[in-house]
Amino acid sequence: MRKVRWGWVVVAAIPTIFIGYFFVYPLLRILGLGLSELSIGASGVEARLLRVGWFTVWQAVVSTVLTFLAAAPLTWAVSTFAFRGRRVAMALATVPFVMPTVVVGTAFVALGFQESIVAILAAHVFFNVAVVVRTVSTLWSRIDPRILDAGRVLGASNWQVFRTITLPLLRPALAAAASIVFLFTFTSFGVVLILGGFQYATLEVEIYRQAVTLFDLPLAAALAVVQLIGVSGALYWYSRYQERTAASWTLERGTNLRRPKGRTRWTVAVSVIGSLGILVIPLGVLVSRSLAGAFYRDLLTDDRVAGSPLASVGNSLLYATMAMVLATFIGVLAATVITERSGSFSRWFDLTLMLPLGTSAVTIGFGFIVALGSPVDLRASYWLVPIAHALVAVPFVVRSTVPTLRSVPSETREAAAVLGASPFRVWREIDLPIVTRAALIGAGFAFVISLGEFGATSFIARPNTATIPVMIFRLLGRPGTVSFGMAMALSVVLALLTAGVVLAIDRARFGELGTF
Amino acid sequence: MRTLTALLAALALVATACGDDEPEQQTATPETLTILAHDSFANAVSEETFATFEAETGIEVEVLAGGDAGSVVNQAVLTTDNPIADVLFGIDDTFLSRALEEEIFVTHESEHIDTVPDTFRDPENRVTPIDYGDVCFNYDKAFFADSDVDVPDDLDDLATSEFAGLVTVEHPATSSPGLAFMLATIDRYGEDGWLDWWARMDEAGINIVSDWDTAYYAEFTRYGGDSPIVMSYASSPPAEVIFAEEPLEEAPTGVIEAGCYRQIEYAGVLSGSEHPQSAGELIDFMLSVEFQEGIPETWFVFPANQNAELPQTFVDHTIIPDDPTELDPDLIAENRDRWIDEWIAVMEG
Repeated sequence: MRKVRWGWVVVAAIPTIFIGYFFVYPLLRILGLGLSELSIGASGVEARLLRVGWFTVWQAVVSTVLTFLAAAPLTWAVSTFAFRGRRVAMALATVPFVMPTVVVGTAFVALGFQESIVAILAAHVFFNVAVVVRTVSTLWSRIDPRILDAGRVLGASNWQVFRTITLPLLRPALAAAASIVFLFTFTSFGVVLILGGFQYATLEVEIYRQAVTLFDLPLAAALAVVQLIGVSGALYWYSRYQERTAASWTLERGTNLRRPKGRTRWTVAVSVIGSLGILVIPLGVLVSRSLAGAFYRDLLTDDRVAGSPLASVGNSLLYATMAMVLATFIGVLAATVITERSGSFSRWFDLTLMLPLGTSAVTIGFGFIVALGSPVDLRASYWLVPIAHALVAVPFVVRSTVPTLRSVPSETREAAAVLGASPFRVWREIDLPIVTRAALIGAGFAFVISLGEFGATSFIARPNTATIPVMIFRLLGRPGTVSFGMAMALSVVLALLTAGVVLAIDRARFGELGTF
Repeated sequence: MRTLTALLAALALVATACGDDEPEQQTATPETLTILAHDSFANAVSEETFATFEAETGIEVEVLAGGDAGSVVNQAVLTTDNPIADVLFGIDDTFLSRALEEEIFVTHESEHIDTVPDTFRDPENRVTPIDYGDVCFNYDKAFFADSDVDVPDDLDDLATSEFAGLVTVEHPATSSPGLAFMLATIDRYGEDGWLDWWARMDEAGINIVSDWDTAYYAEFTRYGGDSPIVMSYASSPPAEVIFAEEPLEEAPTGVIEAGCYRQIEYAGVLSGSEHPQSAGELIDFMLSVEFQEGIPETWFVFPANQNAELPQTFVDHTIIPDDPTELDPDLIAENRDRWIDEWIAVMEG
């Protein structure tokens, strides 16, 4: 009989209990409640659902492709060249990721994007460019330049080198970015509702409509299952693809950025400006509107609309810190389990951890409320919000730490064990130092996700704490020039806070590995 | 696998522990009472909102934000066995039937109920009216001062080419004021005529958006849009005065009385509450003159208690429509989906 490694059991148990109690169990409770009363047959419903299902897949695929096209020039530039403002450009690209949908929606309408499919796709690109840029550039910038030079020496054109060497090496990162953008757009809610009107509904919007406005919980639950199947399918394809294409090549420890010279400088400039332009124009609308009055001063002094907006910055930072600590702790343990165990357990565990990214906020919110009432009633707890944020953030921590942990040769661990180190000692002495920096990248994403709220908390009954996004909604809910101006100013504050956090992380991550 | 088995066992344990407590008769004064409310109510609650009640009774009032009104009603229905709160606030006539059907409330006859107009009341006192708001067209005074077009005073006026592209309303399937206005047109033109009016509006080029924020802050001429007429609230003009960057003598926007719809918001004691008496007292407090007089400037709706006086800004800068539409909640519950489908067929078909 094999000796039970209790340390490993504890390491595996913590993330399992977390995801089990705060995601799987609430999900099963609410779906069980809904499906037990399901009776499909209402005429006309199926036709509409088929249309909704088709549109959901179609727009997610197109949005993902367009996001890649928009992100490509910037990704190329920041992955290949060192230039002034490179980090700022990357931080700027991350800002849209946290902007409240309502605020972006207003900016898009002001830019003339009336309710249409074009508006939906443009907004999806706007929100998701960051995912592609950050995910792909981490890997791209570490490709050994000697391989590429070898290709050129052998007479290949730049295009041939890119197509036959760079692209195959980037596949894992491209697949990871594609899967995340696909999940985000597959479950798109606010963007579709605000910029699409009613004729364009995703499954997410339809789940909301059935559950919340039409009170058809059974049908909503059935749709949620369909959505989960779609999401699991995409994730399963992704994990298989990762396994098939995982290239065993050593990444450079540091980045390999060159200074652009001659004509290349112009190409780099055009690429950066081209990609960022798409993002900066809507943000510019917000900035110019926030400057139409003394609204930044009002944020500090004006308590007519919403008490003290400044206090909301403190609340947001507190929640974001809690979510970050929680997500990093759980995520690193989970990544350890995933790399330690290979095969189907590891694959399914990984997939389950990713699922909250692709589960509708209505399902999670109602699941919490039916499942977390006992034995300890957590439903009115202040921990609920950071827990919900952490659920969405854990996948980012896992995606950024797993590749690093995998890069540790198993011989190193075995050698330590042979020399008498306990499994915990092996982990502490070998894995922990390596994983720290990678975990920091994930931690940063967790922080940013919590700052942006991400709709994960929209349908959770929660203590009424004014975070920045909550404060922006509150300001936007009131007529009046001050309300509107302060909402814009607070959005810009949120953007700056995000850019600051991202810049700080980028400094800390220098020389380290991590991909999604 | 070992972990998985342990986890499943733990989950099973938790699941069995979810047995329900029978609702008890209240024995002692609780330490806290919890109100489950929609976000727009909960977000505006401050330390002072319930301070008087807390000081008088020694009970602390906690407010939970539960999303939009529909989400809140759903949460109350889903938790009847193990309630999350003692009081539900913010249910309006479009969701009332559903809540009453599910019997999530216990009756409570407020000591202030006589101060409320009879038409607001639930005859069985399962819910208590707390406030009302009129959903009305707002117009931009600056636009009409410079224009040959007169401010319309009837819905028929709007359905002409004169107002082509000048009117924005919210979608009835995604927005509460949008739904309210659709109901107003049904009341005005009847089942036979309302879709004709919408068809004429469609031809005249009415602009439909998904929510109030977009209608007001992106489409309204006052905020740089193209529509001088948008569907908003009767309380919006005073809000423009109170939340103006520079002090204003006069509201920059006005209310059109035609096409207004009255939304009444109710509170109720949830049937699973362990403290129904105290919860009832909390509702009484919410209907007291003191609380009611704070309602306009906190939530921008109007007090249900007719003895409460309106703040001067509200007296000066808005009108309370004489004859706003209200439809029977049961009628709405029965027909809402069909009406929305018919509306979509006409406007988007």
